This record gives sequence, structure tokens and C-alpha cells, in this order.
Amino acid sequence: MNPSLWMEWAPLLWKGLVTTVQVALLSGVVALFLAVLTGICRLSKYKLIRGIAYVYVMLFRGVSLLVLLFWVYFSLPALGIEFSAISAAVLAFGLNYGAFGSEIVRSSILAVPKGQWEAALALNLTPAQRMFRIILPQAVVRMLPPINNLMIELLKATSLVSFITLADLTFQSQILRGQFFGNTIELFTIVLILYFILSSCITLVARLLERKLSAGRM
Amino acid sequence: MELDWEYAFSILPTLLKGLKTALYATVVGFVIACVAGLVLALLVRVRVKVVKWVTNAFIEFVRSTPLLIQLFFLYFGLNKYFQLSAFTVGAVALGIHYSTYLAEVYRSGIDNVEKGQWEASRALNFSKGRTWTSIILPQAIPPILPIMGNYLIVVFKETPLLAGITVLEMLTRSKNILSRDWKPFEPYTMVGLIFLVLSLTMAIVFELMERRMNRRFTK
Amino acid sequence: MSTTVQEREPHAVSGGETALPIVKYNDVKKSFGDLEVLHGINLEMRPGEKIAIIGPSGSGKTTLGRMLMTLEEPTSGTIEVDGELLWHMERGGKLVRASEAHLHRMRTKIGMVFQHFNLFPHMKVIRNVTEAPRKVLGLSKEEAHERAVEMLRKVGLEDKLDVYPSKLSGGQKQRVAIARALVMRPKVMVFDEVTSALDPELVGEVLEVIKEIALEGEMAMMLITHEMDFAREVADRVIFGADGLIVEEGPPSELFENPESERLQSFLRRMN
Repeated sequence: MNPSLWMEWAPLLWKGLVTTVQVALLSGVVALFLAVLTGICRLSKYKLIRGIAYVYVMLFRGVSLLVLLFWVYFSLPALGIEFSAISAAVLAFGLNYGAFGSEIVRSSILAVPKGQWEAALALNLTPAQRMFRIILPQAVVRMLPPINNLMIELLKATSLVSFITLADLTFQSQILRGQFFGNTIELFTIVLILYFILSSCITLVARLLERKLSAGRM
Repeated sequence: MELDWEYAFSILPTLLKGLKTALYATVVGFVIACVAGLVLALLVRVRVKVVKWVTNAFIEFVRSTPLLIQLFFLYFGLNKYFQLSAFTVGAVALGIHYSTYLAEVYRSGIDNVEKGQWEASRALNFSKGRTWTSIILPQAIPPILPIMGNYLIVVFKETPLLAGITVLEMLTRSKNILSRDWKPFEPYTMVGLIFLVLSLTMAIVFELMERRMNRRFTK
Repeated sequence: MSTTVQEREPHAVSGGETALPIVKYNDVKKSFGDLEVLHGINLEMRPGEKIAIIGPSGSGKTTLGRMLMTLEEPTSGTIEVDGELLWHMERGGKLVRASEAHLHRMRTKIGMVFQHFNLFPHMKVIRNVTEAPRKVLGLSKEEAHERAVEMLRKVGLEDKLDVYPSKLSGGQKQRVAIARALVMRPKVMVFDEVTSALDPELVGEVLEVIKEIALEGEMAMMLITHEMDFAREVADRVIFGADGLIVEEGPPSELFENPESERLQSFLRRMN
């Protein structure tokens, strides 16, 4: 244990942490957007839309995330499609976790009792109003716990960006490992704790949202 | 640009060697995860509060932190004292990481066994161990087999992370091929396709298994 | 029907024999998979008429009401509402399934109260009642609020505006559901076994509210019910259905005092 060493590491770890949070937030937004979009599409009455959404979910749940990331970042340029490291990461994570989230959205929507659809129809709400004003707000409460887990998985996955030289927390810890051979256990323990704190923040936000959204209802 | 099939086939043998390593790591990691996961699931049920608390904290911590850093911690940190091969450390890390997930799966399986089964075992004066091994677990595990199967796929898809500690799986081999030939499209595309085909195949197998299970359990 | 009713709702044709029916089922059949639950129903309702539909469970009563609310599509036959086909449109001399737009327009004339209330749990009572007037009828916030409060007063819940449904008793929930349907001012309303899910001591308050609405007169009501006394008291006409057919119909006095068919006789014996 060597607190003076920790102070030496702090600036680099802090910079890495900021990048990690950035990547996680951006990918999280893309993933949630895709999850809601394709989750709803999988319940569409049009076969084609359902089919496209289904293929998307199957494909991106089936790939290995790190391989997808490599493919987007290193292989696509060969087809003339180039991404910066951060956009490659956001794209790969967004597509991958969007596919997993899609299942959560779909099953939460299906879990809303049928009577809610019927009541909304009896009041003559349009299909979009039924979905966005009646069904989805109820589904969101059910989604929160599994979405919380999904976002933690996504946060953990952001560590993979170090492979494509994006200077996140993991990347910086690798740099420090090169300089402080003797203190690797300490170093990685600190990094693990930092990730744990970030995960806890996600859980905290999810809990607060859950409490707010279910206030008075249940 | 299109996939250069001839080139793709020429690198296939090397990639398949990597696949073999990946599959080994998957199997070893998954077995560790299954065993350690069961131990964790049982520890959570121990009456002693400290054991329960420590186990839960361990599960929570491992689940909330990246496998990659755990790999680094074990390989670059702890392994200084053990000097195990990168492959061994990688498989162990995979196993420990996913044991925390499987602990949850076991827990749900155990919770789904009816309370009456415990009471009946008590009434028949079975010992604690006997109750677990011949009454509870035989009922708890079959329904969760498909979910466990899904984790086998997840572990398999996580093996590329072992590239981070120089294990010669598919991704490491692709990188090596890439630095030799500098053709970036084929290696990663091939690896991606191999993962896709294998994990989708496994997913279909487990899906069929699940359907068959459901039929058996609803009878 | 009294003249005051006609003043309040001038387009509602009062229920003479010559008036156009507000609802008309023409040889309506309904199957679920291979199972035909309705074998050809012919039924008319006059504007403002209150009909009670009684019969053993599984006789297709609820399906009859759900088809009127467009929740269930007839397998064959047609339903007319207010002189227009409900589920069909004419195109090139042929009847085709109606478009969503047509169904949307037709639904403005129809309302429904459900057995299980189906209140929106994420909205307070007042928003349960204002949501559709605002989003479907396009009323302003103030107008919708005013109308909603009026309806909630009618069902005796003006003090529960800012409460979530979960805090209400079953009887109160069902009264909110009635207000929610009434506020849309439908011409015909389906009450689908609205007291079946209630504890016995809460049935009375809901039936009271429905009786009051029935007395106002202008809205046609289809009361699918197991409450025989209620049917007798409120309905102008009672329909007895069994095994997917209408077995007997008539004014409550006749039907309950002198049931003709063996089916109805045994049904009434069991109900008492």
C-alpha cells in the first residue's frame, strides 16, 4: 500500500475515467435508442419490419463484441468506410447492446396486460398514442432493472476500447503497468474499484428512476 | 472490395488453431464457472451472516467490474506468485467471472423448487446433504440447463479478451497475420463469421433443448 | 323519452319503433380457431335503448360486446352502427375489411367499460379521464378537465382527482372507468360484466351509478351481466343467449316472469 504512488497515478487514471464515461454515455444512448426502436419493430404488424428487426437482433447478439469492434475499426476501412476510434466504439457497442436491449423492451411491452391495450383502443387512441402514452410508460418501469444490468454490462465492455488505442481507464492502467511493474496488484485493484464505483452510479440512477416512475402507482 | 476467398482460405488453418484454443478456454472456463457458481449459490444460503454477506459482496463486485481488468489483475498481478500459463489464467478468469452469473442462475433454479419438497425431506428425516443432492438439486438444475447453455455461448464469445494477455486465440492470431500480410479485411471478417456461425448454431441447439424441456415439464 | 333529454342532445333520435337502429348485427358469426362461439346473431338496438344480455358463461355474450367495441373481428356477417358498417367498407361493389381510419371514426360512437376496469395505472384518476378527450377529441386542457370533473362528480369521485388508481377500491376503480368512457360521449356503450370482478359489498355502488346514467336516457347501453335484478330494473329489453345463439328476448317483465324456453327456465332457476 503506497498512497503517494496513488497520487502519482491519479491524473492519468482521471483522464482515462473521463474517456470511459464518455464512451459509456454515448454508446448507452445509441444502444437504448436502438433497443426501443427495434423492440417496438419486433411487435409491428408488418412482417417485413418484424423480420428486419429479428435479423438485426439475431446477428448482433451472435457476434463477439471485441471481434465486432475490431471489424468495424480495422476491416471496414478496407471497404472505404472509416471511423474514428470513438465512433467505431459507439457504433459497435450501440449495435450490440441495442440488440440485447431490444429483447428487454419487447418482453416488457408484452408483459403489459392486454386489458391496457383494449382500454386504449376503446378510448379510440391511435396506435402511436396507445404505444407511447399508455403501454410504453408502463413497460418502462418493468424494463428498468434489466436495463440497469445491461448498462453495467455496457460499462464493463467499454474497457475493450483500449484494444483500439482509445485512452480509457483500461488503456491508462496498461500504460501505468509498464511504468510500475512492482505495483500491479495495487494498480489493478484501484482500477477495479473505480469501475465498481461507476457501476454503482448506474445502479443508483436506475433505482432513483424506478422510485420516481413507480411513485404512487403500485 | 470483396472478400478474397483464396486468401481467406489460406489463413483458415491458422485461425482454426486459434479456434481450438478458444474452445478449450471456453470449456475449461465454463466448467469452473459451473462448479464455482454452485458453490457461491450454496454459500449465499448459509445461515452465518458473515459468509452470506462476503459471498454476496464478492458476486456483486465481480459482476460489476470488467473481465479484462480482472484478467490483468490475475495475470500481471497475482500470477507473479504462481507463474501459470496465460491460457490457464485466462480460463480461470473466465470461470470466476461467469461463476457469479451462474450463481444467480442456480439461485433461481433452487428458489423454484417448491417449499413442500424441503418439508417432505425434513419429514422423511433426510440429512441436509442428502436433501440437497437427491431432492433439491435434481429438481433445480434441469429447468435451468438452457440458461446455463446460453452462458456457455457467452463465455465462448468472451474468449477474444484473452488476446489482452497474449493467449493465442483467434484474435491474437489474426493480429499476427495482419502484421505479416497487412490485409485487414479477411482475418477479422473470417473470425467474425466463425463466431457468428458457432454461437448461432449453439443458440439453436439450446433453444430446441428448451422447447423439449418445456414440453416435459408441462406434461 | 322525456323532452328534456331531447333538448340536451338534439341529434339523438328518441327511441320510436321507426327510428333507425343505432346498432344492428346481421348474421354475425365468430370463431376462435376451429371453435365457433357465435353461430349467426341478428340483433338490433334502438337509439337510447338499454338492453341486457344474460346467459351462462361461455355463451359468447362478451364476444358480442367486444365485436361492437372493435376488439374482436367478426368471422362473417356485418355489424352496423348508426347506419354505417362497422367492420367493413364497400369497395367496387364488394365488402372489404374497413381501414384503420374508418374504424377510428366509427369508434367515436362507441364506448366500453371492462370487467377488470383496465384503468391506466401510471396516470392519476383525473388524467385517466382527460387523456382521451385531449388526445382523441382534441379538447383543450381546460375543456377536458372541466368535462372530466363533471363526469367524476356524476360517479361520485370528485374528491379523488389526484389519486393513483392503485389507491382506489374496486368499486371506485370501476366508477372511474365508467367516467372515462362516458366523457367521450359515445352513442352506445358496452358494459362487459362490470361487477363480476368486484367484492360483493362493492357491487351496489357501481350498479347505482349505471342506473343513474341509464335514467338520463340518451345513450344506448348494452349491459352484459349476471345481475338479474339489475337487468330487470334497468333494461328495456333482455336478451338471453346460450351456446352462441340468441335463445329468447323480450321485455324484462315477460322474459323473467314467463320464460318460454326450457334453457331459460333452467338458467333462471339456477340463478335464484
